[in-house]
Amino acid sequence: MSKTTRDTEETEEEEAPTTRRGAEALVEGLKQEGVDTMFGITGGAIMPVYDVLYDDDEINHVMMGHEQGAAHAAEAYHSVTGRPGVCLATSGPGATNLITGLADADMDSRSIVAITGQVPTEMIGNDAFQETDMRGVSMPVTKHNYLIKDEDEVPDTVQEAFYVSNTGRPGPVVLDVPKDVSKNDTDAVRSELNVEGYSPNYEGHPRQIKRAAEAIEEADKPLIFAGGGAIMADAADEVRELANENGIPVTTSLQGLGAFPEDNDLSLGMLGMHGTGYANRAVTDCDLLIGIGVRFDDRATGKIESFAPHAKVIHIDIDPAEISKNIHADIPIVGDAKRVVGDINDEMEERDAPDTADWLEKLSEWKEKYPMEYEQEGDDLKPQRVIETLDDKTTDDTIVCTGVGQHQMWAAQWYEYQEPRTWISSGGLGTMGCGLPMTIGAKLAAPDTEVVCIDGDGSFLMTVQELTTAVREELDFTLVIINNYYMGMVRQWQELFQDERYAESELPHLPEFDKIAEAFGAKGWRLTDPENVDEVLDEALEYDGPSVIDAVIDPNENVFPMVPAGSGNDEFIMGKGTQGSRIS
Amino acid sequence: MSKGAPTRRLPTGVREDAVARGADETEYTLSVLVENKPGVLSRVAGLFTRRDFNIDSLAVGETENPEYSRMTIVVEGNDKTVEQVKKQLNKVIPVIKVSDLTDDDSVDRELAMYKVACDPETRGEIMQIANSFRANVVDMGSNAVVVEVTGDTEKVEAFEDMVRQFGIKETVRTGRISLARGEKTTDETGN
Ligand SMILES: Cc1ncc(C[n+]2csc(CCOP(=O)(O)OP(=O)(O)O)c2C)c(N)n1
Ligand SMILES: [Mg+2]
Repeated sequence: MSKTTRDTEETEEEEAPTTRRGAEALVEGLKQEGVDTMFGITGGAIMPVYDVLYDDDEINHVMMGHEQGAAHAAEAYHSVTGRPGVCLATSGPGATNLITGLADADMDSRSIVAITGQVPTEMIGNDAFQETDMRGVSMPVTKHNYLIKDEDEVPDTVQEAFYVSNTGRPGPVVLDVPKDVSKNDTDAVRSELNVEGYSPNYEGHPRQIKRAAEAIEEADKPLIFAGGGAIMADAADEVRELANENGIPVTTSLQGLGAFPEDNDLSLGMLGMHGTGYANRAVTDCDLLIGIGVRFDDRATGKIESFAPHAKVIHIDIDPAEISKNIHADIPIVGDAKRVVGDINDEMEERDAPDTADWLEKLSEWKEKYPMEYEQEGDDLKPQRVIETLDDKTTDDTIVCTGVGQHQMWAAQWYEYQEPRTWISSGGLGTMGCGLPMTIGAKLAAPDTEVVCIDGDGSFLMTVQELTTAVREELDFTLVIINNYYMGMVRQWQELFQDERYAESELPHLPEFDKIAEAFGAKGWRLTDPENVDEVLDEALEYDGPSVIDAVIDPNENVFPMVPAGSGNDEFIMGKGTQGSRIS
Repeated sequence: MSKGAPTRRLPTGVREDAVARGADETEYTLSVLVENKPGVLSRVAGLFTRRDFNIDSLAVGETENPEYSRMTIVVEGNDKTVEQVKKQLNKVIPVIKVSDLTDDDSVDRELAMYKVACDPETRGEIMQIANSFRANVVDMGSNAVVVEVTGDTEKVEAFEDMVRQFGIKETVRTGRISLARGEKTTDETGN
């Protein structure tokens, strides 16, 4: 069937449309959008779509262990390729299981298209078996959603869904497809795309670009703050040029890791709650802050009142609603980061680069004053050591996925990111359990690239069933569980701010993860001795298949520096008991 | 910016030394042109709930072109929050145009019906009040009359104040609807 559809669609204009089922029109539409991989789980209402996929040899459908995993895998697919990730689920519980992944994609601006089955149109509203109002339920966590009520609307709706999802600020889109719409015949083909109420702006306003260049020329202490938007817009080259040509230091948000090479002298690493001391000092002191594809999230800004208090702010973002939402933009530029930063670079060519020698001098003093450090005490295995070693053993283009918690922050701090699209994690929503399914999605999106996952014991357990997917698909990746037998990040807050009252954060009865891995058919290692870090990592990276390392670390290790929630970025603590650096 | 001056940001993200405009809470009137499709109303209403914006009133109806509906939304806020409301509304895919009629010269109307308690003695007085407001008595019983009043919000509320003494049994209001004055259409004027 697939072959005939392909032929039809390629010669669409000349030939009369063929009659085919709605589900076939749907799959045909996916191919027109260039979909080669999707992630999902079948069920009653989506069966007609799976029935079409049964004969198909062009799209690789990957069966997942849980629909949440399907959505996270689709997210990673987008992060790696820049193309929409696609996931499938049946109606009711299948659809609601996607919600966490949709919300995650919404917060981190990832383009995914979720296709959900729905009960037949004539039963909608009757509380039919496995009926959930997916349009209603997903509304607050998607960029847009569609309930296709007529099989003739399938081709146009598929086209519109992909367009809306991956243009402007990317986001998740749901296509809810009732079973009869999938089964009924239609000869409709796609018409010209027309979404009246939607027209993203890509070109920055020339006057604002001039003003930005002026401000850069005049600045004494400029700072670039790059985020996930810079990566998604493929603006890393432009950001590097702006920084290098003008001597401007760069800090990134969590999702901006990889937007600027961290081995560059101008790199200050990450900003915010677990950012470096020097990045947080720099932002507090700078007189010009150039935000590129960032949304000034509270984890990055700390207390608003003391965020970049002396700075004029240039804010470049594709989404007008982000401008001046949290931080007032003195020079707002709505547009695509690649074009806008490119235009600013062009504009700067006719101007003098600012003299930032003193400022850079100051920054290197701070780098010395607030170094990134950890103590290797006795035989304890330190997470930082594991992650640093993993960094040493992997190439710059290696993709790193993580769960959520302390291990995620250590992964952000202790692995050096050099290239865009190498950091995949849940930033905005902070979704524990995203690690393994994202690793699977990333590996399938980039089979020839090394993929590793730095996971937490609590996080790993939330989506552990996806090991079955990894084994079935024969995926070659290395997953390191930074195992502290704790909900470590929660434990850290309890230790520091709740008088060591460890309410429900201890996980004393965890399974042996290496054995769990083996039971699934993956390969497992247990790492407890710092002496063995090299050997175990070498073996695991070498092994061709899913490798799982249960790295049992010092449970008392905390993530520092830290800006306590509600404090200003200038109030970071460098370690337990230190007062940090209040700028007076 | 003078060097070393102790500046801060306000919780709104504006630097303290920059002038914060329009920080006072007032009423804003937004005219929102949307595609006339199922689910649009809940998308717009849901947005207000989710972003914690307060709707004072919302009126919606088809336009001269049946493919579109126009919503008139009265929202409580300040310049910053309402700016966010407008931007978020613009992000709703079936929203075609958001026009802010707050500072513009617009015609604002709402319609209200009041069921006012009466007896043979007060009935005349109520009808007199209705007359002076160019309001219509649209139903009359022995113990109650229903009066329909049209006008801007002040007029409707002034009428309500006048008849309160007789006992208001029930009220229903459409919420404000607004159009730009003059030749230009609402969608051309608003900002
Ligand atoms: C789905 C979900 N539930 C709860 C939380 C709250 N939370 C944040 S971090 C954390 C602990 C994570 O534990 P683990 O995965 O072991 O990572 P660690 O902090 O120990 O490195 C919890 C419970 C969350 N972020 N996500
Ligand atoms: Mg843990």
